[in-house]
Amino acid sequence: MLLIECPWCGPRDETEYHYGGQAHVPYPEEPAGLTDEEWGRYLFVRENPKGPFAERWCHTAGCRRWFNVVRDTLTNEILRISTGST
Amino acid sequence: MTEVLPEHPDFLWRNPEPRRRYQVLIVGGGGHGLATAYYLARNHGITDVAVLERGWLAGGNVARNTTVIRSNYLWPESAGIYEQALKLWEGLEQDLGYPLLFSQRGVLNLAHTPQDVREGVRRVYANRLSGVDAEWLDPVQAKQVCPILNISPELRYPVLGATYQPRGGIAKHDHVAWGFARAADALGVDLVQHCEVTGIDIHSGRVTGVRTTRGEIGAEKLALCAAGHSSVLAAMAGLRLPIQSHPLQALVSDLLEPVQPTVVMSNTVHVYVSQAHKGELVMGAGIDSYNGYGQRGGLHVIERQMAAALELFPVFARAHVLRTWAGTVDVTPDASAILGLTPVANLYLNCGWGTGGFKATPGAGWCYAHTIAHDEPHPLAAPFALDRFSTGALVDEHGAAAVAH
Ligand SMILES: Cc1cc2nc3c(=O)[nH]c(=O)nc-3n(C[C@H](O)[C@H](O)[C@H](O)COP(=O)(O)OP(=O)(O)OC[C@H]3O[C@@H](n4cnc5c(N)ncnc54)[C@H](O)[C@@H]3O)c2cc1C
Ligand SMILES: [Zn+2]
Repeated sequence: MLLIECPWCGPRDETEYHYGGQAHVPYPEEPAGLTDEEWGRYLFVRENPKGPFAERWCHTAGCRRWFNVVRDTLTNEILRISTGST
Repeated sequence: MTEVLPEHPDFLWRNPEPRRRYQVLIVGGGGHGLATAYYLARNHGITDVAVLERGWLAGGNVARNTTVIRSNYLWPESAGIYEQALKLWEGLEQDLGYPLLFSQRGVLNLAHTPQDVREGVRRVYANRLSGVDAEWLDPVQAKQVCPILNISPELRYPVLGATYQPRGGIAKHDHVAWGFARAADALGVDLVQHCEVTGIDIHSGRVTGVRTTRGEIGAEKLALCAAGHSSVLAAMAGLRLPIQSHPLQALVSDLLEPVQPTVVMSNTVHVYVSQAHKGELVMGAGIDSYNGYGQRGGLHVIERQMAAALELFPVFARAHVLRTWAGTVDVTPDASAILGLTPVANLYLNCGWGTGGFKATPGAGWCYAHTIAHDEPHPLAAPFALDRFSTGALVDEHGAAAVAH
């Protein structure tokens, strides 16, 4: 089980969190202007690196706030934790 | 216990030095890569083929999975390819001349809520329209198929019924990989182990070869079969895939007398169970939530599936966990595979089978070999093209493929 440090509550078990996938994926500024391919890419394609990955976690069983984590997807080492809106 | 296992095999294939060039290079020596190589040789007469495997043959998901085989998916597109696979399974031991311990002991998918019941009944009708054997059972009938199933109405999520596919079942996964490997090798395919592909060379939109830990190897056609590592390989060709790699865990108990005569799966209480030929109970559930390549997951996921199993099968209370493990599975947004051509000429893609690709092994290999040989999707593979994620023609199998694999 991962041990993740909530920026507001401190270190808690993974079971207190909900996973949110890749961080920093902005909603398209002009969705109606996108081609089908661009829209498909926005909806369905995310980074999937073997190594450091910037991702979102929500402390659902605690403060219920979202934050960002950089975690190595091979070793599970947590490299950075930050607050942020996307 | 019940059945005598075949002798442990001696060497089943050569261990050749890779040549400098092949007509077809397959990346990934799991079930799909080996089956693809076999059918390229057997169905299409293409034997100038090498399978490149970074570790040892069948060290990935093919030997980590829980071997549930069934074809009772919802949509006709899925029924097409999974049923093709099931038909091939039914003749595979004879075809490969190798024991696979394929056992059609049936698969029950339990329903625990009125919505589960509606979905299950719908799937049974859809399956029949697609030519897949399927029955709807009430709780008493389900208990006749699986006498240790707890159908007490007192359960937190009582069993309200089940879909049943009698032709579903299990096989012995390492034998499946070895059987394909042995047969492909005999037809002249080079199986090259400890050969990691580290780069893909592309000139004027065509693959010319790959770089590997055992040197450069040229190719007329390059076929990816890397399961959990598909995104990593696709990135070497400049492609981004709609795939996320997750840990998927499973566990076995100590060896027990035969108690579990079929395969039982429940999406709602999150567990599935069968009993392997040797006697161990084999259990699994859904993926760990986060992306991960580490081939391990959290114990809480195992604890939850054991709690669910205990509620459904109180008799398991005295069993012990012998071993848990994980593989890295390639999950797509619609829980269906990606099989076909890519934007790069002569680069082919077979991935996204996620938590459920073992059962597809012969069917995927069959269709992929055709796709590679003819440079054109096999008709059963056509619905699973990569471009469905921009056309929107998804094949949504979340209902049939969540916890059930
Ligand atoms: C715990 C678990 C339970 C499962 N249960 C079921 C089930 O009950 N029923 C079912 O149908 N499916 C199940 N699955 C899914 C099934 O195992 C997979 O969908 C299927 O095995 C994937 O195809 P494969 O056998 O070719 O994959 P793999 O055996 O993973 O083969 C891919 C190979 O590619 C190699 N590779 C990766 N990168 C490189 C590189 N750069 N160079 C060279 N080689 C490379 C890997 O080492 C690996 O050997 C389960 C999976 C897991 C993990
Ligand atoms: Zn918090």
